[in-house]
Amino acid sequence: MIQAVSDPIIRVRDVTVQFGKTRVLDGLDLDVKRGEILGFVGPSGAGKSVLTRTIIGLVPKLSGNIEVFGVDLDAADRAGRRAVERRWGVLFQQGALFSSLTVRQNIQFPVREYLKVSQRLLDEIMVAKLVMVGLRPDVADRFPSELSGGMIKRVALARALALDPELVFLDEPTSGLDPIGAGDFDELVRTLQRTLGLTVFMVTHDLDSLYTACDRIAVLGNGKIIAAGSMADMQASEHPWLRQYFHGKRARAVMG
Amino acid sequence: MTGSPDLQRSSEGNALALRATGAWTAPFAPALERLVADAEKLAGKAGNVSIDVSQVSKLDTFGAWLIERMRRSFTTGTVEARIDGLSANYASLVDEVRRVSLAPGDDATNVTITGMIGQIGRSVAGVVGTVAALIDMLGAVIVASGRVLIHPRSFRLTSTIHHLEQVCWRAVPIIVLITFLIGCIIAQQGIFHFRRFGADIFVVDMLGVLVLREIGVLLVAIMIAGRSGSAYTAELGSMKMREEIDALRTMGFDPIEVLILPRMLALVIALPILSFLGDIAALYGGGLVAWFYGGVDPEAFLLRLRDAISIDHFTVGLLKAPVMAAVIGIVACVEGLAVQGSAESLGRHTTSSVVKGIFFVIVMDGVFAIFFAAVGM
Repeated sequence: MIQAVSDPIIRVRDVTVQFGKTRVLDGLDLDVKRGEILGFVGPSGAGKSVLTRTIIGLVPKLSGNIEVFGVDLDAADRAGRRAVERRWGVLFQQGALFSSLTVRQNIQFPVREYLKVSQRLLDEIMVAKLVMVGLRPDVADRFPSELSGGMIKRVALARALALDPELVFLDEPTSGLDPIGAGDFDELVRTLQRTLGLTVFMVTHDLDSLYTACDRIAVLGNGKIIAAGSMADMQASEHPWLRQYFHGKRARAVMG
Repeated sequence: MTGSPDLQRSSEGNALALRATGAWTAPFAPALERLVADAEKLAGKAGNVSIDVSQVSKLDTFGAWLIERMRRSFTTGTVEARIDGLSANYASLVDEVRRVSLAPGDDATNVTITGMIGQIGRSVAGVVGTVAALIDMLGAVIVASGRVLIHPRSFRLTSTIHHLEQVCWRAVPIIVLITFLIGCIIAQQGIFHFRRFGADIFVVDMLGVLVLREIGVLLVAIMIAGRSGSAYTAELGSMKMREEIDALRTMGFDPIEVLILPRMLALVIALPILSFLGDIAALYGGGLVAWFYGGVDPEAFLLRLRDAISIDHFTVGLLKAPVMAAVIGIVACVEGLAVQGSAESLGRHTTSSVVKGIFFVIVMDGVFAIFFAAVGM
């Protein structure tokens, strides 16, 4: 629906984030293009989640500039921020479902806050979202503590998609899922990206996901983006960490 | 290109043509809902319905679902509503929502008289369950203590010391401050009222007996139920939520022995110490007020205090402390282990831990009052 044009939906320029004396991100630049699925990889503890949280505005940055949908979130007022937040959805690593609300209430929560629509439409949209993420509507009245790990991820994705955002952040969406479940999830992200024209920013460690779901891959190391490009670019790279990552035993198993 | 949405109707004979225009997206959902509801009123009247979506500039799940809902309400019996002019981009989205089959809505819970009476009945029955759970936990703790006595090496000293620091050492400032203030208040009130009878000096008797027998230990126990009982419940509850307690069990550890025994022991040691400190602080506060407000100088105060109280008063107070500590600890641990998966449940059980803890402390105090009166202490 929305063509993958080259104007960036997220523009990160020279961002530095520091916790105490440790510098996690050091003058980082990154563009995410509209309509693409960007896979974001890097060693554990390199700051992938920190960058995601910095873009969303959960972690304060020392310096630098971040624009999402062309809006500088530091300069935006409350209404401006809310308008941007309405257009993105976030899937946290642990799902972060509200534990005292049912699945139905979890998915309806953002819709109810932002749109004045009837309960009937709320219920119908909730069912539509559940079906989209591959769940049966009868889980709607369960509480998050009664769901399996994979179901929690799916419900969390349904909640992230509740307002039909243009941009979704997925923090390790397939971690903790079985390979078949993870494969289904990749497929799901692909389908949703096609049908809803989503832009997806995906932090992942899953080589399968990178291979099957992602249009482009960015690699984080030493607080900077050390490489960004297609899977072929990554495999051709001479960077030692990239060589290890994309040519290791596990990588060979995935790529055959 | 994102103009506000509209739905134009035109009918030729028996056929109804609907033409959707503009952006059919979430921000316009309230307006879209009205448009669709208006159009749906015509359902059943037209023989042949087509919905033209070629002029729709933008479509998302909300718009796609409302178009699908419209299609379904026009499709009755022989009439089949068509969706025309669907671009390839949006076709997959419309297909996606076509798979949605609506489940019957959940039944709202009705508030009825019988329901309310039933609720009261369940709460009363719940009291029995609560007492049973407390006795169950008491038994489990005694069994675990027995095991630890037989195998002293399985005793968790580090953990006990850690909890002792939390519930005893760190509680000293606040306990001393509160009991000091209460001592001051009791003395001030006593002097104020006794003065009318010229019986100022008897305030020392009242302060001594009241503080050592009742107020000191009761106040400290209530404070500890609020301070440490709630902390125990919240700790154990969040461990339960994250399956940490199950993890312990699978490794062959007994959660009672590892988690609950050190906490209980720390409380049982802490409460007499804190009560003792509280007694001193309250007497000190009362003495200061008696001196500055009542004109009873410290020498006279101490002399009178020595006459007024016996060691029995002090023993009675301190004997109660460990029992109250055990009650608070057991209530807190039972509530902690009863936490279910949600944040709400954690909050409910923490509240109930404090409320029940204080309730049982006061009940125990009453039982002790009868007991000590019977044995003549």
